[in-house]
Amino acid sequence: MKLRKYALAVSLAAMGLSFTLTAPVHAQAKGKQAQEQFFPVLVYRTGAYAPNGTPWANGFVDYIKLVNAKGGINGVTATFEECETGYATDRSVECYERLKNKGGGATAFQSLSTGATFALTEKAPVDKIPLITAGYGRSESANGAVFTWNFPLLGTYWVGADVLIQHLAKKEGGFDKLKGKKIALVYHDSPYGKEPIALLQERAKMHGFDLSLLPVAHPGVEQKATWLQVRQNRPDYVLLWGWGVMNSTALREAQATGYPREKMYGIWWAGAEPDVKDVGEAAKGYNALTLQHGVELNAKVTKDVLALVHGKGQGTGPKDEVGSVLYMRGLISAMLGIEGVKQAQERYGKGKTMTGEQVRWGLENLDLTQQKLDGLGFAGVMRPVSTSCLDHMGSSWVRVHTWNGSKWEFSSDWYQADEKIIRPMVMHASLKYAEEKKITPRTPEQCKQ
Amino acid sequence: MGFFLEVLIGGLMTGMLYSLVALGFVLIFKASGVFNFAQGAMVLFAALAMARFSEWIPGWLGIANPVVANILAFIIAAFIMFLVAWLIERLVLRHLVNQEGATLLMATLGIAYFIDGLGQTVFGSDIYKIDVGMPKEPVMVLQDVFAGGLLINKEDFIAALVAALLVAALALFFQKTSTGRALRAVADDHQAAQSIGIPLNRIWVIVWTVAGIVALVAGIIWGSKMGVQFSLVTVALRALPVVILGGLTSVPGAIIGGLIIGVGEKMSEVYLGPLVGGGIEIWFAYMLALVFLLFRPQGLFGEKIIDRV
Amino acid sequence: MIYRENGQFKTSYAADQQIFPILQDRWAILGILVFAFVAVPLLADEYLFRAILIPFLILSLAALGVNLLVGYCGQITLGAGAFMAVGAYAAYNFFVRVDDMPLLAALLLGGATSAAVGVVFGVPSLRVRGLYLAVATLAAQFFWDWAFLRIKWFTNDSSSGSVSVSNLSAFGWDLESPTDVYLFCLLILVVFALLAKNMTRGAIGRQWMAIRDMDVAAEVIGIRPMYAKLSAFAVSSFFLGVAGGLWGFVHLGAWEPAAFSLDRSFQLLFMVIIGGLGSIMGSFFGAAFIVILPIFLNQMLPWLGDLVGVSISTAGVSHAEIMIFGALIVFFLIVEPHGIARLWSTAKEKLRLWPFPH
Repeated sequence: MKLRKYALAVSLAAMGLSFTLTAPVHAQAKGKQAQEQFFPVLVYRTGAYAPNGTPWANGFVDYIKLVNAKGGINGVTATFEECETGYATDRSVECYERLKNKGGGATAFQSLSTGATFALTEKAPVDKIPLITAGYGRSESANGAVFTWNFPLLGTYWVGADVLIQHLAKKEGGFDKLKGKKIALVYHDSPYGKEPIALLQERAKMHGFDLSLLPVAHPGVEQKATWLQVRQNRPDYVLLWGWGVMNSTALREAQATGYPREKMYGIWWAGAEPDVKDVGEAAKGYNALTLQHGVELNAKVTKDVLALVHGKGQGTGPKDEVGSVLYMRGLISAMLGIEGVKQAQERYGKGKTMTGEQVRWGLENLDLTQQKLDGLGFAGVMRPVSTSCLDHMGSSWVRVHTWNGSKWEFSSDWYQADEKIIRPMVMHASLKYAEEKKITPRTPEQCKQ
Repeated sequence: MGFFLEVLIGGLMTGMLYSLVALGFVLIFKASGVFNFAQGAMVLFAALAMARFSEWIPGWLGIANPVVANILAFIIAAFIMFLVAWLIERLVLRHLVNQEGATLLMATLGIAYFIDGLGQTVFGSDIYKIDVGMPKEPVMVLQDVFAGGLLINKEDFIAALVAALLVAALALFFQKTSTGRALRAVADDHQAAQSIGIPLNRIWVIVWTVAGIVALVAGIIWGSKMGVQFSLVTVALRALPVVILGGLTSVPGAIIGGLIIGVGEKMSEVYLGPLVGGGIEIWFAYMLALVFLLFRPQGLFGEKIIDRV
Repeated sequence: MIYRENGQFKTSYAADQQIFPILQDRWAILGILVFAFVAVPLLADEYLFRAILIPFLILSLAALGVNLLVGYCGQITLGAGAFMAVGAYAAYNFFVRVDDMPLLAALLLGGATSAAVGVVFGVPSLRVRGLYLAVATLAAQFFWDWAFLRIKWFTNDSSSGSVSVSNLSAFGWDLESPTDVYLFCLLILVVFALLAKNMTRGAIGRQWMAIRDMDVAAEVIGIRPMYAKLSAFAVSSFFLGVAGGLWGFVHLGAWEPAAFSLDRSFQLLFMVIIGGLGSIMGSFFGAAFIVILPIFLNQMLPWLGDLVGVSISTAGVSHAEIMIFGALIVFFLIVEPHGIARLWSTAKEKLRLWPFPH
């Protein structure tokens, strides 16, 4: 008897040791034969974009912990491993290669970088792993018939740009009032910042407003010349397409040149606490889009995280960060991945580990009704998301929120992007891509499989 | 006309800040022949120390007065920069005497990596605030002369003033004190200086400390303008064309070069930028320096290099 | 004892002037080649290929290029990344704009374009030298970063400025599996390394070295500095351009100028200095060191932490990673300023006498 115990202990220890050797950061690893679903987490907690990357990563990881605290995905434990990319494409690729076969195969990748998304878009179809880019990535990838493995859930930059123009039109009292207005786009000089230009030019043609483009070089700490130009042209509105330290610098320069912050509108990546916190009172009146959610301190899911994750001392970041904008963005991104797995389980068997291919089906047939969302604790945070083969975005609801000097407050109703404008652009760009890559778009029949 | 002047003034003021960073390069190059790529990392490190200590000190000591806290933080940060200088001399420079320029350059890049990592580990990688009470709102002047008036940024103005004062103080230090004379002697000829009894190692520590304090001042000014964050290291890249233009060994060169680059950058971006899509200021500065080098390979005030076979 | 050339007599000039005059070297090189071409594809897994070996091969090629310029011709450059970018974007344009353009031809044409650009940006080297030149080459870096972001023609009018390629094949050989890609890169690298080795042994390499050692003296004995310097820029940029094309085409698949940023230039310069200036072998050592070390540290530290019962956060790991990386670089420069290649030749000296050193 004693001998058997010894043998068991030794083999367990050996197992544990080999486990630590192969997968060091498995947070939720259990000794049992439990089913596990592995989520790779590409993060950047260092470097120029760390202030924005960190809360996102914390939210993402906390949600996975929350799901496990509530019993996993239909009993399947969600595991994860972080990999630091520093917002660099080559490190992202290395992380992708490192994590894609870990833990029984990666469920889905979320790169949180437009540059990395472009590189991974070429790799994901080969490895059959879906790529979720909630609120970023390439806009034309909304067409799932061509971009089978990309999921720009909740909105693309074209959605953002479209809603911004709608909001400005509403402010002015109609689209016809935009005629002759001057709108300047101050953007991060990278694929990320250049994504919206195509749509803004389209809208500019339609409504006759004058669009000027002002690029800011990475990382965006030197913007004096940009804002001198703003002062020279005196645009009616400035659209801010920045990331990281570029946003707060833009607000400071706006203050220094006396440009009214009320006339500045940011994309959802330029509308979080790190962007305005240090500028404080001087950023008062600055507006930014929200990717559905804003600061959600009172949402049920926030309280759940505080009670079940932070309450047990397992929180990833500081407690007061829970519920902040980018934290929620990370949390929702994780939720979308997990719901994709759940949907896949509906078809391929509950309580089982899903492969990348199965999760892809789940994400393509995602149907998050308001009732489901409310059940998950996202009441008041999100609107329904439902994807299909032709629509990998699933939802294009956007609100605007405004910084009042100490916190973000919603300042508009819900908007929805104008499909009549975006759809043709998406089709055009995605078919061009398909032609270049010699991809045959999936037919509706193929989609059903 | 009014706008032209605004661009000019904006350029001059930015240029003054570039000079400040460039000064750090020049000081170290003169005294130890090292092209110090870690200058940007030192700016970040010093600014992080300043920002974090001014945040922590009120909590530790119960001092509510922000002025006292800032002064204390400045002293601590300056002391930390002295420690950094001492460690660099002890652990790196001392062992690399008489190596080639490229090797020393790489060593400072290694130091830069180390300081980047250390700074973020100790002080965090969020955006931090330095509040030394600089006025942020712009003022309008000369409204009767130009239509629309001239917009002057008081913060830039004060920053430029501080930079100018610092440069003046350094000039005095170099010209009038015995340490300053020793520094100049080392800069002229290491071996001759050593042979008349100037301790080389101590001089290096002093120079690196002075460069560290210059970095601290630059860090405070930039940090108070736009927050202290990792991206501060890139200001060093902005200052490189300045040193090239002004000459690696010349203090006045760093200042004049800074002003030229500052103005050239802003003018090109504002007036040429829209023609080619914008975003040209960074390479324009380098091109400016490059074209300049073709005519004067040693920079504006650099010493002429004479080769003997 | 092991490494001794006693008894190996050369009876012809050809034998005396071969690349590896010592028998042991020939065997070692042959062994390494067999290992790389046969054993590695059998042993390595996909992660090793895609994340370590392929980047290592491509960056070795780039480091070779930098070493020809910096190590052999003595012209310090901080704009290596820009020439990689030029090569990558030029190859891309040849590839998508010309119908049925073979991959290899596109890459070589990319290299040629890069060489032409290199000559233009090498012109300042005729006037300025040393650190001034180093900073002047940064102009190339920033200019091309900007040009590929702003000039739409270069990116085939892609709206975001990011370009991508796929369905690569060379001579009917589909470059799909990691092994194929690895072998393709290896083949190119071997050919180019041979080229570099021979060039440095030949007239042109000797001219470069004369310029490096003392350009005024070289001029006096009849070497044309303009020709020597610009040819070094051209050859180096050619290597860098091909490496850049490979980096974009086969490693990343889709890229933007940030893939060839200033950090890449620094990284390449690190490789040649850590590896050994003026040594072909050194380029490989340097590339291996710089590519593998950060990844190794990144994976090693959490494991070490686990071992002693501390869980290090992701941020902590990468901060520690860059600190150790920086410290190791300084350490290496202090211990062996002439790079790993020098350590290697010291080792060879020792092996020659071993086990009876006296």
